[in-house]
Amino acid sequence: MLGFLGLGHIDDLYSAVPAALRLAGGLDLAPGLAEADVLDTLADLAGANRAADLVCFAGGGAYDHDIPAVTRALAGRSEFVTAYTPYQPEVAQGVLQALFEFQTMLCRLTGLEISNASLYDGASACVEAVNLAVAQAGRQTVWVSQGVHPHWRQAIATFAVGTGHRVIDVSLSGGVTAWPPIDSAAGDAPAALLVQTPNFLGCLEDLSAARAVADEHGALLLVASDPVSAGLLRTPGELGADVVVGEGQTLGMSLGFGGPYLGLFTCRASLVRRLPGRLVGETVDTEGRRAYVTTLRAREQDIRREKASSNVCTNQTLMAVTAAIQLSWLGTQGLRELALRCARGTRYCREALVGIDGVEPAASAPVLREFAVRSPVPAPVLIERLADEGFLAGLAVGEGFEGSEYEGCLVVAVTERRTRAQIDAFATAFEKAVR
Amino acid sequence: MSSQPRSTDNPDVSPDAAPGSTPGAGRAVSAPLIGRGHEPTIFEFSHSGRRSWSFRETGLPEWSAEELVPDAFRREEPVALAEVSERDLVAHFTRLSHRQYSVDLGAYPLGSCTMKYNPKVCDEVAGLPGLTRVHPGAPASLTQGWLELLIRLEETLCAITGMAAATLQPAAGAAGELTGLLLMRAWHEQAGRQRRRVIIPDSAHGTNPASVTLGGYEVTTVPSDARGCVDLAALRAVLDEDVAGIMLTNPNTLGLFEEDIVEMAAAVHDVGGLLYYDGANLNAILGVTRPGDMGFDIVHMNLHKTFATPHGGGGPGSGPVAVSPRLVPFLPGPRPVRQVAGAPGDTYGWSMPPQSIGRVHGWHGNALVLARAYAYILANGGDGLRRVADAAVLNANWLRQRISGTYDIPFDRPSMHEFVASAASLKRRTGLRALDVAKRLLEEGFHSPTVYFPLIVDEALMIEPTETESPQTLEELAAALERIAEAAGEEGGLDAAHAAPRTTPVSRVDEARAARQLIPTYDARP
Repeated sequence: MLGFLGLGHIDDLYSAVPAALRLAGGLDLAPGLAEADVLDTLADLAGANRAADLVCFAGGGAYDHDIPAVTRALAGRSEFVTAYTPYQPEVAQGVLQALFEFQTMLCRLTGLEISNASLYDGASACVEAVNLAVAQAGRQTVWVSQGVHPHWRQAIATFAVGTGHRVIDVSLSGGVTAWPPIDSAAGDAPAALLVQTPNFLGCLEDLSAARAVADEHGALLLVASDPVSAGLLRTPGELGADVVVGEGQTLGMSLGFGGPYLGLFTCRASLVRRLPGRLVGETVDTEGRRAYVTTLRAREQDIRREKASSNVCTNQTLMAVTAAIQLSWLGTQGLRELALRCARGTRYCREALVGIDGVEPAASAPVLREFAVRSPVPAPVLIERLADEGFLAGLAVGEGFEGSEYEGCLVVAVTERRTRAQIDAFATAFEKAVR
Repeated sequence: MSSQPRSTDNPDVSPDAAPGSTPGAGRAVSAPLIGRGHEPTIFEFSHSGRRSWSFRETGLPEWSAEELVPDAFRREEPVALAEVSERDLVAHFTRLSHRQYSVDLGAYPLGSCTMKYNPKVCDEVAGLPGLTRVHPGAPASLTQGWLELLIRLEETLCAITGMAAATLQPAAGAAGELTGLLLMRAWHEQAGRQRRRVIIPDSAHGTNPASVTLGGYEVTTVPSDARGCVDLAALRAVLDEDVAGIMLTNPNTLGLFEEDIVEMAAAVHDVGGLLYYDGANLNAILGVTRPGDMGFDIVHMNLHKTFATPHGGGGPGSGPVAVSPRLVPFLPGPRPVRQVAGAPGDTYGWSMPPQSIGRVHGWHGNALVLARAYAYILANGGDGLRRVADAAVLNANWLRQRISGTYDIPFDRPSMHEFVASAASLKRRTGLRALDVAKRLLEEGFHSPTVYFPLIVDEALMIEPTETESPQTLEELAAALERIAEAAGEEGGLDAAHAAPRTTPVSRVDEARAARQLIPTYDARP
């Protein structure tokens, strides 16, 4: 091949690279390993993660749900795994149709008309929702409930530096958002209110009340919601949300140390021209057959360039396909049953823990799939102690709640995988750990 | 939105039947393999009461929904989803997979996307229970293996790019870009510099200008010269102390190495600006040269391109950002760090950089993608990565030379890992456009190149064969491109090209109608 190019040596390929920039001696990395050695190396690292063997009571947007063999097998099909973005729809109908089905399911879950084909995660979905609302309302201020996952709030703050948005934190009372009284609201009218339900402490937020506050200000209502909880709860769309975002990890993705997860983004039809990310639509081919294609492409960065309101290109398509498979495995009754089982375990566990001397609920508001408790021992210490007993006890309430009454509390999540025996053992260990 | 899924005419079956064994589950026959029929949606297979799901026996009290959820919050009817047997579920998504082209099926010379083969050992790594079963909120003491993996990957990526430290949080290239621009902003602002502009070449990816806007900057576009590189004189003309930095892809989107990079770096640094490296084309220079040595301050990488993590039909990606020493204090956090040697406690922990721009991801990035990339780098090693670049560049140059008699090569000189051809002459001669070439290539059994990009080339066909395609595959690809060009000049050839593709699961798709009569869900169908 070199001869065909009239070159004598492989280095001649790089004649355009100035000699001073050439890396003498190559990369300072070890030589390549055989496959078996690669696996051994990674297995050793994996073996050093004690958390993998603990019975998991941690949540906060990452839950220990069952992932059936069929979801793993179908989502692992290499045609889905090794395809690129569907730029040539004639050879990408598989991914496009799976995304169309995903969009349909998300709209049914959230009660809105439009779903995109995914964003990176719950945090990025919140950031994009804020950007959409600011552009739509023509105002720079956004009210964000303290009940929104603290990491997501931090991501909103990070990106607001670039866009110049003003983010106002709205604190909690009794575990739920205490929106400021209308007449006391100082400063600019907000473009939007962002609230999460169930919130980071596990409490159910009153969306109708949030809608009323939004209406007083002419603001959009942005709701972060959990797709599993949707099995039992009224849809945010029905309760007045303009945009519903969320973390879709619960729909067939492993805990995986935080990724890849799935950013969910749905909105009202009237907002579709501001939708971030890709949208798949149904159309026909030249023979009139049903076909799918990414559509309203003029919104996207590769066409609008510096005028685009989002820079998203690669998203989390494979995770959206996974979610479509998982939701089809669950079906109408399975999703309800899943939510019900999470709620049953949560109530049982909450009653067991608050029955322990010195342990009390951190909030009085109703909960669904997780809850926060206050104990005489700070949560980080509790987590370390219970790890020695074989449990990942939950998440510590810390960053994002500094100085609040919730700081130092423990958020405990219970999924359908937790048995009565496990919860009983957890409660026994908990009692010992708080002494 | 609460409409029930449509049912098929299949007979009733017991909802209690074991998964996978549902009697009478329909449509196992007449599967439309790559070809002519349409595949119904999952909702059209739905039959009330049919199911796949099963959950373990927990022994917990069976409280009802009414007992668990207050009335004001509780939905009356369950969410309408597809109700299918496991057998039907598998058949449907397997048939969908048969309607999807992928790297595992064949060559995918999609320029700028680096669609190389994804080694299977990395799939196995990403499935290790010790990695998948770790909650991201677990404390450092319980996740030492993950922390070590992330630190080792960070150090490796820094060695490859010649940078000091990196964040692994950004979930994709565009997220990396915006992270990099926020780093640029933080660095200027801590020194009290208010700057408004970021320079981008006219050949840049669309994500660059979009990211600049979201970073709070204005775009200044600098033209390319006759050789396809940034016009150095034009660059100098737009540089002043209002410039925060420049975003460059090197090799650029024409596949050409920016030969004046050292002079460009000096010019930008002279006005106090920073250089941002868009790593979309890093594959071309692995082990050959490093962005850090060229003078770049901020570098994003696309692990789903250069380091072979599969693209998943459009993600997940991963877009780590590496920086020079002066930008390290601003990196997103918390960052995985080695603890002080000899100190008691864990070997690895988390640390928030003193002037951090904050979190850019909900957790620690697309961790399992990071693990795959680390496994790929281990398997290749330093020597192997250099061979990756060699083969990628060799393949691109061979193919460029091979088809240069048939297609225009607007910048006809040695390229790096990709090159841009043009169908402009062909179009003048026969009417065949780049889009038609792309669609005809699908009929030939290949994925098409990237078309109509970069914007500065008329009828562009951006071709990146990658290092994993054999000389035999490249010859087949070249022969197909020749056949396409030849056929266009024959009687009826243009009509045939306009009718392409005819051998794919669907023929050319009506994109205009999709936008005009928006059907974004199954429930929105007329």
